[in-house]
Amino acid sequence: MPDTLGKAFRLAVMFLGLAACFPLTAEIDEERAGELRHLLIQECGSCHGLTMRGGLGPALTPEALEDRHDIGLRAIILHGVPGTPMPGWNWKLSEEEAQWLVDLLREGVE
Amino acid sequence: MSVIGMKTALSAMVAGVLLAVTAVQAGDLRGTGDMGVIIERQSGSLLIVESTGKTRLARVEELGDFSHASVKFSRDARYAFVFGRDGGLSRIDLLRGETRQRVVQAGNSVGGAISQDGSLVAVSNYEPGGVHVFSSEDLGPVARIPAEYGDEGELSKVVGLVDAPGQRFVFSLFDAGEIWVADFSEPGEPDIRKFRDVGRQPYDALITPDGRYYIAGLFGEDGLVLLDLWDLDAGVQRIMDGYGRGEEPLPVYKMPHLEGWAAANGLLFLPAVGRHELLVVNPDGWREVARIPVHGQPIFAVARPDGRQIWVNFAYPDNDTVQVVDVASLEVAAELKPGSGVLHMEFTPRSEQLWLSVRDENRVEIYDPDTLERVATLDAITPSGIFMTYRAHRIGL
Repeated sequence: MPDTLGKAFRLAVMFLGLAACFPLTAEIDEERAGELRHLLIQECGSCHGLTMRGGLGPALTPEALEDRHDIGLRAIILHGVPGTPMPGWNWKLSEEEAQWLVDLLREGVE
Repeated sequence: MSVIGMKTALSAMVAGVLLAVTAVQAGDLRGTGDMGVIIERQSGSLLIVESTGKTRLARVEELGDFSHASVKFSRDARYAFVFGRDGGLSRIDLLRGETRQRVVQAGNSVGGAISQDGSLVAVSNYEPGGVHVFSSEDLGPVARIPAEYGDEGELSKVVGLVDAPGQRFVFSLFDAGEIWVADFSEPGEPDIRKFRDVGRQPYDALITPDGRYYIAGLFGEDGLVLLDLWDLDAGVQRIMDGYGRGEEPLPVYKMPHLEGWAAANGLLFLPAVGRHELLVVNPDGWREVARIPVHGQPIFAVARPDGRQIWVNFAYPDNDTVQVVDVASLEVAAELKPGSGVLHMEFTPRSEQLWLSVRDENRVEIYDPDTLERVATLDAITPSGIFMTYRAHRIGL
């Protein structure tokens, strides 16, 4: 799907409040995927653990994320959680890349 | 397997062959005063090193999840106690290069401390929140201190655990905003003194080298909290209140550590949280003396033992850079780019060497801190924390 069309479609979906039912399809090239995986394990791992079992930040294992919707997780990754140490990463990550990370977390990083 | 994974595995194999040749022979007599250990983050292993010849002596493997790990030494500096993220506590024989005991004492841990007399090892845990205390002889259990707070008896994550004179451990409750002092000077259950409502989200703490002041950094507030361990009845005191001057804090991509006391000029150097500054505090009245603009969010501000310099590393995305602050002028005197992922720095006790870990490049660099020249490079697998044995004889380290 062309990117602009994808964005418009997502916007429409978000307005309907149904985004969680229509997950983004993330197209990430191999090099960027390597960078994202490194970022997740090393930088996110500082607080969430290299194996995502948690630290100062909560666990991000597949089980821990079972009841969480994609849209909420993407928002946390991109915008952070006010009042907690979780910072926003939207200066570094696109919405698609945040979704790619959510997908990876749901699979499990080990 | 990723490229990084393959490189890591390959370097592990190569390193294994090399280390087999240089491992400490059990029959050789030697002291441990010039030895140290390096955490290898991704492989969950520990390198044993020495700073006289600047070499690696042995690698100890299968020590668990080292995404956050720290080390304390036994009072004879023969053994290293290694605290891993996964609750693993290992007692490593530095001379034999092997694990003597290992227990997985909790689900998720952040650090530890060794008691004044060397008999007790305490671990601060996130899950279950609290402190577990073990015998340093055999890691047998001694005490459990659940960090209960509030009406529901919730458990708080525990951070900033240090030893203090009087056979005490001091630690902070991140979720509860409390500081506890656990006194083990009498046999049996510890006597625990709790200081409540000290401030929001204490994230780490330090104790001054004389063992008198415990200072916790607050993530949720603009300030620090101070406890005078010579006078617990005086309670906690807020210092450096409003150091951010109400400005919106910058995002923090990694929590700073509080471990940076410079004896020179009697000043304390602290990473500010959410600002690209080092705070300089005079303990006489706890006044702010200066704030030094630095390259990014500081993580560690490490004082050279002679007090002449402070070396500073930074959070992602600035973790390829190290700055050197000249204590006499309180200015950044030099900037180095050792490589991607500089996670930790450690001096030798007489200040002639500075070791730093470059995680993404699988190297540990050794610098002459006067000339700022690199004098040696050691291979290590995703190195993070570096700990020299002189810590065995320092309060709070």
